[in-house]
Amino acid sequence: MNTTTQVLDNTSSTHISTRLAKNFRRNIKERVIELILMLCALSAVFTTLAIVTILLYESFSFFDHVSIIDFLTDRQWTPLFEDAHYGILPLISGTITTSFIALAFAIPVGTIAAIFLSEFASHKTRETVKPILELLAGVPTIAFGYFALLFVTPLLQKIFPTLPTFNMLGPGIVIGIMVVPYIASISEDAMRSVPMSMREGSYAMGATRFQTAMRVVTPAAISGIVAAYILAISRAVGETMVVAIAAGQQPNLTFNPMDSAATITAYIVQVAMGDLPHGSIGYQSIFAAGLVLMLMTLFFNIIGHFTRKKFREAY
Amino acid sequence: MHDSQASTLKNIDAVRSMIKRHKRNDTLFGSLGLLCIVFILITLLILFIDLVIDGYPQLTSLDFFSNFPSRKAARAGMLSALVGSGLVMLVTFFSAVPLGVGAAIYLEEYAPKNWFSEIIEVNVTNLAAVPSIIYGLLALGLFVYTFDFGTSILTAGLTLGLLILPIVIVATREAIRAIPIAIREAAYAVGATKGQVVGHHVVRYSAGGILTGVIIGMARALGETAPVITIGALTFIAFLPTSPVSTTPPFINFEWLFSGFTVLPIQMFSWLSRPGADFHVNAAAAGAVIILVTLLMNGIAIKMRYNIRKKIKW
Repeated sequence: MNTTTQVLDNTSSTHISTRLAKNFRRNIKERVIELILMLCALSAVFTTLAIVTILLYESFSFFDHVSIIDFLTDRQWTPLFEDAHYGILPLISGTITTSFIALAFAIPVGTIAAIFLSEFASHKTRETVKPILELLAGVPTIAFGYFALLFVTPLLQKIFPTLPTFNMLGPGIVIGIMVVPYIASISEDAMRSVPMSMREGSYAMGATRFQTAMRVVTPAAISGIVAAYILAISRAVGETMVVAIAAGQQPNLTFNPMDSAATITAYIVQVAMGDLPHGSIGYQSIFAAGLVLMLMTLFFNIIGHFTRKKFREAY
Repeated sequence: MHDSQASTLKNIDAVRSMIKRHKRNDTLFGSLGLLCIVFILITLLILFIDLVIDGYPQLTSLDFFSNFPSRKAARAGMLSALVGSGLVMLVTFFSAVPLGVGAAIYLEEYAPKNWFSEIIEVNVTNLAAVPSIIYGLLALGLFVYTFDFGTSILTAGLTLGLLILPIVIVATREAIRAIPIAIREAAYAVGATKGQVVGHHVVRYSAGGILTGVIIGMARALGETAPVITIGALTFIAFLPTSPVSTTPPFINFEWLFSGFTVLPIQMFSWLSRPGADFHVNAAAAGAVIILVTLLMNGIAIKMRYNIRKKIKW
C-alpha cells in the first residue's frame, strides 16, 4: 500500500512538473500576445499625442516670430510675401463661408432625405437607397473638386454672369452635396432605432405620418441627428481638395460667397505644393493654421459630445 | 338646440378640412423627400458621367495607362501614378491592418473596464473626426523631418495607414462583437488559452467583417489627396521605383520604400490645376479611373457586409 502511493506520487509529480513547465511557457506566450495587442491599441493614443505635439511644437516656433495678438486681429494673411502679415482671420472667414454654404444646403436636404427614408419610404426603396448612399460617401474628394470647378461653377455662371471662375459658392454647394450622404445615413440610423411602439402610440392618437415623423420620431432621435450634423460640420470645415481647387487660393477677409477666397486647408495645400524649406516661417505657418483647424474641429466634437449627452432620450 | 347643431356641423367641417390639410402635408412632405433623394442620386450620377464624358478621349487610349507624364497633354499618361498608388497601398495595408486588428482585439477581448481603456476608446473616436490634412501635417513633421524618411512611398503609406486606422478598428470591433460568447466558451471548455480562443476562433470567424472594413479603408486611402500633398509628393514623375521583386537573389528588396512617387489623386490634381483646358481631359480620365476603382471596392465591401449579415445564423 505504502509503496504504491509512493510510486503514484513519483509519477504524478514528474507529470505535474512537465505540465507546470508547459503552463509556464503558455503563460509567457499569453502575456506576450496581450502586450503586443495592447501596444497596437496604444498606437491610437500615440497618434493623437504625436499630432498634438507636432502641431504645438511648430506653432510655438511660429509664435516666437509672430505675436498672438497680430495672429488673431490682423486682417491680412500674406506669410509668403515680402510684406508679411500673419492674420488668420481671412482664412477663418473663408472656412466659415464655405462650410456655412455647405451646411445650409446639406442639413435640410440630408434631414428630409433621412426622414423620408425612415418614415415614408417602402422597405424596398430604403434597402436600395441606403447602400447607394453609403457607396457615395466613398467618392474621393478630388473628384468633387473637379465637379465644383468644371461643372457646378460654369452652371452657376449661367445664373450669375458676374461670378468669377474661383468663388466660394460652387465649392460650398459641392461640399454640401458631399456631406449629404453622411447626414442622411446617420440620421436615418438614429430614427430607425426609435422603438416602433412610440410610432404606434402616435398613430393610435390619429396622427399622420408627417406629424409622427416631426413630433415623435425626430425629437426622440435628436441626439443621433445632432451627432450627424456635428460630423458634417467637421467634414465641411476640414474639407481640403474641393476648396483648394475651386475656391481660388487668395486669402480674402470676406463672407461674400461670390468672392474667391482661401480656407485654412487650402492654404496648407498651397504652401505644401510650393516646397518651402524646413524650419522657415512659412513652413511653421502651416502648422499654426493646422492647429487652428484642429481646435475648430475639436470644439465641434466637444459640443457634439455634450449635446448627445443632454438630449439622450431614455426609452 | 339649433345653435349647437350648427356648431357641430361647423366642427365637422373644420375637422374635415383639418384632416384634408394633414393629408396634404403628408403627400407634400413625401414628395419633397423623394425629390431630395432623387436629387442627390442624380447629382452624383452626373458627377461620374461628366468625368467619363470629359475624359473619354484618354480613357479609350491604351497609351494613357502606359505612358509617363509629359509636357504635352495628349501624350501624358498615368503609369507612374498607377504604380505609385499600388505601392503606397501595399505599405498602407501592412501598417493599418495589423495595428488596427490588434487594437480592436485588445479593446474587445482583453481590455479591462477602466480609465485606461476609456482613454483609448475616446481616442479612436476622436481620431476618426480629425481632418485628413492634419494627418498630412503629422507626417510632414514626424515621418519626413523627425524620422527622416523623406518624401517617400514609406512616408505616404504610413500616413494613410494611420488615417484609416480608426476605420479598421471600428469595423473589426463590430465584427468581433457579432461572435457569440458560446463560441469562446466552447473553446475554453476544451482547454484553449485566451490567445488560442482569439486566434483560432474569434479572429477567424470575424474575418469577413474585418475584410469589409479593410476594403472600405483602403478605398478611402486610395482616394485621399490632402495628406499626400502635404508631405510634398511630386507631381511629375517619369520613372518607376525599383521593383520590389527581382529574378536574382535575394528576390525581394526594400529600396522602393524610399523612392519618390506620385499617386493617382495627386496626378489628377496636378493636371486639374494647370490653366489650359487640354490637361483637364487627362484630369477627368484619371478622376473616372479613381472613382471607378474606389466605388468598386466600396461596392464589394457593402455587398459583402449585407451577405454576411444575411447568411450567418449563430
